[in-house]
Amino acid sequence: MTSTDVIVSARRALWEPDEIDEPEVTGLLGRLSTKDIDTGELFFQLVRHEAWGLEDGRVKSGAYSVDRGVGVRAISGEKTGFAYADNIALPALRDATEAARSIARTGYGSGAGVLTGTTAAIRYADVDPIASASEEDKVALLGRIDAFARGLDPRISEVVVRISLDCETNLVVSTDGLMSGDARPMARFDVMVLAEQNGRRERGVGGGGGRFDAGWLFNTDAAEQYARDAVRMALVNLDAVDAPAGAMPVVLGPGWPGVLLHEAVGHGLEGDFNRKGTSAFAGRMGEVVASELCTVIDDATLTDRRGSLSVDDEGTPGQRTTLIENGVLVGYMQDKHNARLMGTESTGNGRRQSYAYLPMPRMTNTFLVSGDSVPEEIIASVDKGVYAVSFGGGQVDITSGKFVFSATEAYLIEGGKVGPAIRGATLIGNGPEVMQRVSMVGNDFQLDRGVGICGKDGQTLPVGVGQPSLKIDEITVGGTGGAAV
Amino acid sequence: MKSVATRSADPATLATSLKDLAARILDEAKRQGASAAEVAAGDSSGLVVAVRKGELETVEFTNDRGFGITVYVGERKGNASTSDAGPDAIRDTVRAALNIARYTEDDPCNGLADAEAMARRVPDLDLHHPWNIDVPGATERATETEAAGLAYDDRIVNSEGARVATAGGCQVYGNTHGFLEAAWGTRHSTSCLMIAADSNGMQPEDWYTVGRDPADLEDHVEVGREAARRAVGRLGCRPVKTGVYPVMFAAPAAAGLVSHLLSAIGGRALYRRESYLLDSLGRQVATEDLTLREEPHRPKGLASAGYDGDGVATRAKTFIDEGVVASYILDSYSARRLGMATTGNAGGYFNLDVVADARPVEELMREMDTGLLVTSLMGQGVNLVTGDYSRGAGGVWIEGGEPCHPVDEVTIAANLDDVYKGIVGCGDDIDRRGNIQTGSLLVREMTVAN
Repeated sequence: MTSTDVIVSARRALWEPDEIDEPEVTGLLGRLSTKDIDTGELFFQLVRHEAWGLEDGRVKSGAYSVDRGVGVRAISGEKTGFAYADNIALPALRDATEAARSIARTGYGSGAGVLTGTTAAIRYADVDPIASASEEDKVALLGRIDAFARGLDPRISEVVVRISLDCETNLVVSTDGLMSGDARPMARFDVMVLAEQNGRRERGVGGGGGRFDAGWLFNTDAAEQYARDAVRMALVNLDAVDAPAGAMPVVLGPGWPGVLLHEAVGHGLEGDFNRKGTSAFAGRMGEVVASELCTVIDDATLTDRRGSLSVDDEGTPGQRTTLIENGVLVGYMQDKHNARLMGTESTGNGRRQSYAYLPMPRMTNTFLVSGDSVPEEIIASVDKGVYAVSFGGGQVDITSGKFVFSATEAYLIEGGKVGPAIRGATLIGNGPEVMQRVSMVGNDFQLDRGVGICGKDGQTLPVGVGQPSLKIDEITVGGTGGAAV
Repeated sequence: MKSVATRSADPATLATSLKDLAARILDEAKRQGASAAEVAAGDSSGLVVAVRKGELETVEFTNDRGFGITVYVGERKGNASTSDAGPDAIRDTVRAALNIARYTEDDPCNGLADAEAMARRVPDLDLHHPWNIDVPGATERATETEAAGLAYDDRIVNSEGARVATAGGCQVYGNTHGFLEAAWGTRHSTSCLMIAADSNGMQPEDWYTVGRDPADLEDHVEVGREAARRAVGRLGCRPVKTGVYPVMFAAPAAAGLVSHLLSAIGGRALYRRESYLLDSLGRQVATEDLTLREEPHRPKGLASAGYDGDGVATRAKTFIDEGVVASYILDSYSARRLGMATTGNAGGYFNLDVVADARPVEELMREMDTGLLVTSLMGQGVNLVTGDYSRGAGGVWIEGGEPCHPVDEVTIAANLDDVYKGIVGCGDDIDRRGNIQTGSLLVREMTVAN
């Protein structure tokens, strides 16, 4: 499968049902090609989604959806006109195009002529996760994992299992005559459990996925591993003590705790906030913004990862972009619009939730690269602090730089050793300050298992994160267990 | 600049055509063998205009249509949805839902809500007030909003701009009991985000006004000024000493605090045993000064509804009565799971009022003497299973009953059970912009970490 094949099959899937072909599309692009429109584009998209859920020991719910439409964008200087249609029939395309071009003052231009397909490396296979397993097999899998999770420990009282499969096809055509497309599979499996003991209840979650079909759930023991993760988290928390409160050293485990990078630096390095000067990192290119142990990369090119992109939603090939190198800020993530206004190139980070939303600079897979420290030595270096291995999510205020992330599995560190589990606590800090306080970086790099969801300006997207174990010398921990000494 | 009107079909015509669509979908479901079915179909459109630094930034025309169907085959069910309402799509979507139902397992709690619970007479809630504003008009309004913020103070150094949004549409719900009703309404807003700065860096704050009727919106110039006033108020943050203090949630933040209590007495959390308030009916779960009342039929209410997502009649009721759980928040499915009757809350609650002995905020500050006034919250650190609460917060430090200095990057933590039982005062500064309407709430003590 090459990117040319992908474009051919995307045209078939998106245009043929409504008898749209290249002349109609170039005609619409012509209406977007006026003297004061710098660039315009049509984004065609078809998403099919299927999900099955088990709770209370039974597969009780299932859902299937189809969403097919087109988003039309016209850009004039800093102005953007945008409209969309929830079908791909020609009258709807014309209406959306007229609405989007209403920001222009002048009449119509000449049009795009012939469309030329772009080429890009393919980062995941063109597979249909929904069709990759039978309904019987999917339902049986949920039942098997329910029984497996309950069998791990008698204290497990409730199990919820969910499988979610998506198949997306899109096609971007722009007024410069370029055409690109993508076929994006997405699969995800989640396990949630409740453990009960002496009247106390605790929740645990596990899960994973990526841009592939459902095969990994049947060919490997991944689903069982997600169930083990969920059960471990719930059982550990049954015995958790109150978390400490105040500023202290925190060691983060590898993989999913990389949500730190996503919040502390990732969002702040998206092009839009830096163009507008509203990011805490704005105007700091070339400056030291993190400890020299920190190299942070956004990489859409990783094979099969949840945040990977062969091409982004503007047709730019996915790329590997170094954001911070040995502590120095060296790159922003850009979409076409912000790149043009900042006099630079798109880094393939133009993403949108669907055709009904405008693209903007977004992360793909964002991670901190490995260091030299042995994880045990990192923990041994802390006399009194917190070791956090899983998080429920985070949030950042891009302008002030402050960010939070909430631990769902964490432990006290006492005298250089991992101690009792602590109740979930929120960590809060300021991105540029906290990154300067990263004093040890482990050699145990991991990516997360593939469950990340990122929200920005009302749009949610799948993303990946990753990091090795690392130590932050001081960050505020929001527990109730009294002030740390 | 040309003006392109949003698709503004007459609501009665839109309702008729959506009802017709829903009826055809239900017929198709029966034809294909469903023993029961329910359908929700919607059609809405709108305009969003954003201005930044005095220049038009984006013009967005929104336009959302589609339908979702749930079919039942005996005690099994399946869902399917699509944005396409053509005859082929109706057939395929119903077929997909039935296919799902074939593989799900029997659940005796499945099915439509009982026929006798269906809303009989749907009240006119006065929710439809179109805003006759075009792109130039919205641009002018957004420009004035932002300009008022930028001019407010020299320390306002940047802006994320101002936004004017208007939307309207119709939602239809029908089921094979013969229930088929349409609800239409509009929603308009003006918002602004200002950035203040000093030598310690930038602080953003936003403000907005929202309403069903454009005539009810706050003066937009005041929206810009309020965003600026709040941003400037964030400058000069100083650290505080980690410890246990009284914490007051300013009205917008208090609505979020109350939402966790409502989630904990919600049907889904209860039957999944994911709530710290299991078996709490009739139990004291909050201070006796706190009463939570639902008013679904409030004219022009932002969350008003004559019937819920199951077609069941909504009615005014009290969930928390002087601190005691008087009713859970149930739809038909969760009610059956719990062996109870639906409360008409499929889709959530509809206009929730915090009823308390409201007092001036200044009086509450004097009562707290020394503590934190929380104006912003961050993060997801709320565990409903255990009631553990730990979130990032920003606000104002209060000393001797007076505002002292802004505070940033702190966490506040406690167990929700102690928080709700420890509410010692409610302000008269009720924020009417959301589904939950409350004044500021003063909590006796929480751990503040810095």
